[in-house]
Amino acid sequence: MSPNLRIAFRFLTAKKRAMFMSLSCTVLGVGLFIVTQATTSGFERFFTKTILGINGAVRIEDKIQDTMRSMAAAGASDSYFAQREGVKYIEGVEEALLIAEAVREFANVRGVSAVVRGNVQITSALKTEDAQIFGIKIEDHVRVSDLAEQITRGKLDDFRDSPSGALLGRVLADRLQLVVGDSFVLTSRGQSRRVHVAAIYETGYREVDKSNIYLQIGEARSLLRRPAGATFLQVSLFDPSRAPQDAAKMEQVLGHGAKPWQEREKTWLAVFRALRVSTMITVSVFTLIASLAMFNTLAMIVLEKTKDIAILRSMGYERRDITQIFLWQAGIVLAIGAMAGALLGAGVTWLVGQVPLPINGIFKTDRFIVTWDPNHYLAAIATAVVMVMVASLIPARRAARLEPGDIVRGTAQ
Amino acid sequence: MSLAPSSIAGELALRCTGLHRHLGQGEGRVHVLKGVSFEARRGQVYAIVGPSGCGKSTLLYLLGLLDQPDQGQIEINGKLMSNHDDFARTAARGEHIGFVFQFHFLMLEFTALENVMMPMRKLGRLSLAAMTARAHGLLEAVGLGSKTHRLGTQLSGGEQQRVAVARALANQPAILLADEPTGNLDAKNSGVVFDLLTRLAKEQGQAIVLVTHNAEIAQRCDFTRPMRDGLFI
Repeated sequence: MSPNLRIAFRFLTAKKRAMFMSLSCTVLGVGLFIVTQATTSGFERFFTKTILGINGAVRIEDKIQDTMRSMAAAGASDSYFAQREGVKYIEGVEEALLIAEAVREFANVRGVSAVVRGNVQITSALKTEDAQIFGIKIEDHVRVSDLAEQITRGKLDDFRDSPSGALLGRVLADRLQLVVGDSFVLTSRGQSRRVHVAAIYETGYREVDKSNIYLQIGEARSLLRRPAGATFLQVSLFDPSRAPQDAAKMEQVLGHGAKPWQEREKTWLAVFRALRVSTMITVSVFTLIASLAMFNTLAMIVLEKTKDIAILRSMGYERRDITQIFLWQAGIVLAIGAMAGALLGAGVTWLVGQVPLPINGIFKTDRFIVTWDPNHYLAAIATAVVMVMVASLIPARRAARLEPGDIVRGTAQ
Repeated sequence: MSLAPSSIAGELALRCTGLHRHLGQGEGRVHVLKGVSFEARRGQVYAIVGPSGCGKSTLLYLLGLLDQPDQGQIEINGKLMSNHDDFARTAARGEHIGFVFQFHFLMLEFTALENVMMPMRKLGRLSLAAMTARAHGLLEAVGLGSKTHRLGTQLSGGEQQRVAVARALANQPAILLADEPTGNLDAKNSGVVFDLLTRLAKEQGQAIVLVTHNAEIAQRCDFTRPMRDGLFI
């Protein structure tokens, strides 16, 4: 152990109560930082997982119609250049198969599913509701969504094997009082078709569970009178965080509008971000208190140890040794506080994860959602290190500036 | 116990010439030292005596490089130190100078042994085993061999000052400066501490400069330099 660390440790342990206060604040600061990050990002990640499980990472929709405008060049030259201005779209994806093939060539793409969408009326024996049908090829769609895991009643195989089978959202099924095996009528553009409930799914996103009905793509084409093409292509990615970059490339290469999930859900993501920032600010107050407590402890130790500082200086200890001794004290509190704070954070995060909390709206859960992310621990510790060390620098530098001659003469200030 | 040969006795350890020092600011500024010159040789004991406020302690702190003169020069072991920066003066203090203060100034959270080892740890010239052995030897020499592991708070005033003497000698400095080393002790302990200081320092060949009000102690030194109004008389 270096002489400076040894001295720092003794100075610190001599002020047990003050050290305990500083340590407690640091532990609380680090622990609460971790817990709030784990909970706020827990809900955000769960929401992200839910919406990726429903809509995929990128949606390729309408074809871009380029418009060109010629403009005479200035001067005597008779050349011209074309300038893009504005964008027009042709609804839907006409060459769905070709475009899907091309999308699969992107390195980050995991799966592509062509979807035909249309508005319908659904009529059960009891009532009629407005809904949307989504014509899908189930083999493709389970690669771009969590539909297989979202089935709560019935079997996906029954849907796969039966052309007249439909997948109904749990909320819609409840409203129409339909159960697996019941039949109902879908009406669109003056034509009707009787289908049966092959299975019931639940995404947790109420708007989806209330209105989306999945049909085999052939059935949907027939009902919506759309023999070719697709309304959109749903794309899943290996790394969904890269969706904006991939979508931009796809749009450029494929000539179709491509929307990443971050843009689609920007309102909710902004809400989560605001929530995270606000909790971070609140929790930073604890870390600030920890740094003030450390400042207070060290300032007290400097005041009480001026004679010891003079002794050390008289023995050949340099100013930087004195600074180090006081920074080591902060370092010791930080090291213990960070470890204990991380343990506290992990413990409380686990406890919070056990708290029952039924939510059904933008996702479905029956308990508090937390995430276990090492970055939260690193961020909490880094915040504490920066704040406590900055607060410790002032008393440490003050101690180093003390003149030994003034101390022994009794005129040190 | 002999800790070092005294063959270097008589060598010039310390010299100061024309030291001036002002203390305070504004109207309260006082000209404390008015051109003091002094030298000390190894193996000799010098007492600086004089009334309170005559500049004895100020001179001692200047000689110990704890303070800087406004004017004048200080040489330690023949090397001019007064014009050096804080870093060099601090290094010289650690290597060549030992201090004993009036109020013992032990670091109370540390044991007697740890206090004595502290200057050696900073200098870093000895192994841990050698430092420990030397500290034990010094504490034996000051009669505290059985109390090496006592904290400063568990020692009496006289014992603390004896530990301070051992600590001041830890790095075998050329110069030992003592500011009223017996000023806070009773007559019996004063005698013990002074005897220790002089015996050990002479054995190790140190120049001892001590500031004292104690006439009896001053008389027992090799040289006595009385001061008044910032000058030797």
